[in-house]
Amino acid sequence: MSSARFDFIPLVLLAAIALGALALIGSPATWVTLTVAGLAMGLLIFIMSSGLTLVFGLMDVMNFAHGLFIAVGAYVAASLVRLFPAQAGSESFAANLVALAPALLAAMAAAGLLGLFFERVIIRPVYGQHLKQILITTGGMIVAEQLIHVIWGPDLITLERPGSLRGAILFGDVALEKYRLAAVLLGLAVFVGLAVVLNRTKIGLLIRAGVENGEMVEAMGYRIRRLFIAVFVAGSALAGLGGALWGMYQEAVTVAIGAQMIVLIFIVIIIGGLGSVTGCFVGALAVGLLANYVSYLSPKVALGSNILLMVIVLLWRPRGLYPAGGR
Amino acid sequence: MAEPLLALAGVQTHIGRYHILQGVDFAVPNGELTMLLGRNGAGKTTTLRTIMGLWRASQGSIRFEGADVSALSTPAIADLGIAYVPESMAIFAGLTVEENLILAARSGPLDSARLDWIFGFFGALKKFWHLPAGLLSGGQKQMLAVARAIVEPRKLILIDEPTKGLAPSIINNLIAALAELKKTATTVLMVEQNFHAARSLGDSVAVMDGGRIVHAGRMADLAADAALQSRLLGLSLDAHQ
Ligand SMILES: Nc1ncnc2c1ncn2[C@@H]1O[C@H](COP(=O)(O)OP(=O)(O)OP(=O)(O)O)[C@@H](O)[C@H]1O
Ligand SMILES: [Mg+2]
Repeated sequence: MSSARFDFIPLVLLAAIALGALALIGSPATWVTLTVAGLAMGLLIFIMSSGLTLVFGLMDVMNFAHGLFIAVGAYVAASLVRLFPAQAGSESFAANLVALAPALLAAMAAAGLLGLFFERVIIRPVYGQHLKQILITTGGMIVAEQLIHVIWGPDLITLERPGSLRGAILFGDVALEKYRLAAVLLGLAVFVGLAVVLNRTKIGLLIRAGVENGEMVEAMGYRIRRLFIAVFVAGSALAGLGGALWGMYQEAVTVAIGAQMIVLIFIVIIIGGLGSVTGCFVGALAVGLLANYVSYLSPKVALGSNILLMVIVLLWRPRGLYPAGGR
Repeated sequence: MAEPLLALAGVQTHIGRYHILQGVDFAVPNGELTMLLGRNGAGKTTTLRTIMGLWRASQGSIRFEGADVSALSTPAIADLGIAYVPESMAIFAGLTVEENLILAARSGPLDSARLDWIFGFFGALKKFWHLPAGLLSGGQKQMLAVARAIVEPRKLILIDEPTKGLAPSIINNLIAALAELKKTATTVLMVEQNFHAARSLGDSVAVMDGGRIVHAGRMADLAADAALQSRLLGLSLDAHQ
């Protein structure tokens, strides 16, 4: 993510997807609506996946339970929003914040704590062993999903959007949902925040250096495992935040929310280049846009189109759009 | 003789099922530059990695300032004041020259007087200060790798084949820089295949073969003894230069 010599070529991919869709869709108003929806979805996926890509990049850890943090964030947010029905439903954004802020913070805290537990208890014993990581994190997720059933019940629970963010704003004949615009703003804020941390702070430099060569980071005297735990917890908290926001986007939470998103998340971090937050950002936007355009044009092939996108990107750049560390 | 800064005794290292170091004994005198020589595959890199804790010694002791460090973690070993320049250089390609050095400066912000001293022999680093290190040339990457090790004063610097693959003019540049470093009485353990570099910089020397030390002494004595050179290294130092 170095500011100098930024590689702009992958952005052509985003432009190609957007312009290709414009040609196929025809109606500019529909296209704008779908584009905003795609960007909102992409940015929410980015929030959910940024931690996972760093976790893989830093310690080569395959965490298949990442979807769990998404689900827990969504459920915790849903439970808290219900405690403040008047504030959540109010038309005033300030009143909404009274419900929203604790809900989102609690979602992050719960997911982060669960992440800490997962890292210490489930992942630490299998550092460096991919097959065991896949098996044990998948197993951990199944157990945890059962616990979610026990706590929140098997049925879908609703998670309404805050009152001030319901409905759409009209620009001429273009209708833009307020919540999607808010999701775009929040997603961009998270991206900028991560970029600042990764580029302007010593811990960010260490994370980027560790993704490239963890052994050398240790030989310089830094404890990479501590760094990894911090990244794991922060990434889990972000997944919780993303889960809460995605639940509101869909206005419902089910235990499958994590499993639904994890496929797209893996596609995103592979497209982006494992370990690269910039790549994750561009990949998430590409996946979000494509998913929305295709589900409008031909709903049945939506997931297939993203898998196709991944294949095309990997044929073009086998290590993803922004291979971490390699030049 | 005063107590050496670093002393290895009977060090054995296994990598997987291979028994690579088979009892390595040698000492690095304080304030000197010690050359570690040996054919390809002799175990020089493995020795440096074992000192850094990147491989675990299965037997023997590694004493630094008198205390055994062979059970310490790599960061704990680095904390003792030991810096490592690996054979692969391991610069962080996506980070700028400046960012690489910021990370190397453990104790605080970069010291500008120290940087000016480094720029005095590695001017390219100043010129490309804001460039991602991955875009540097091979010689400039090596300069950065060495600069990271000396950006703050350290007690011991381990350098693995810094001249490997570099053009003669750059090698001379590196030799001059290491000669400057020697003036600060920093202790260095350096692996080197370039005989000109080895002879002009080395105070003491240890020669490895087959995972053991087969000769240890003064560099000047080895440089003066062509028969010993060819017996130990398979060819004469002079023939190579
Ligand atoms: N990761 C590894 N796995 C297995 N064997 C290894 C590994 N690393 C080194 N070796 C073996 O250990 C022996 C010593 O290797 P080492 O790299 O220490 O030699 P060297 O003296 O540094 O050689 P060179 O001059 O070529 O750098 C070699 O036979 C090498 O094949
Ligand atoms: Mg070597």
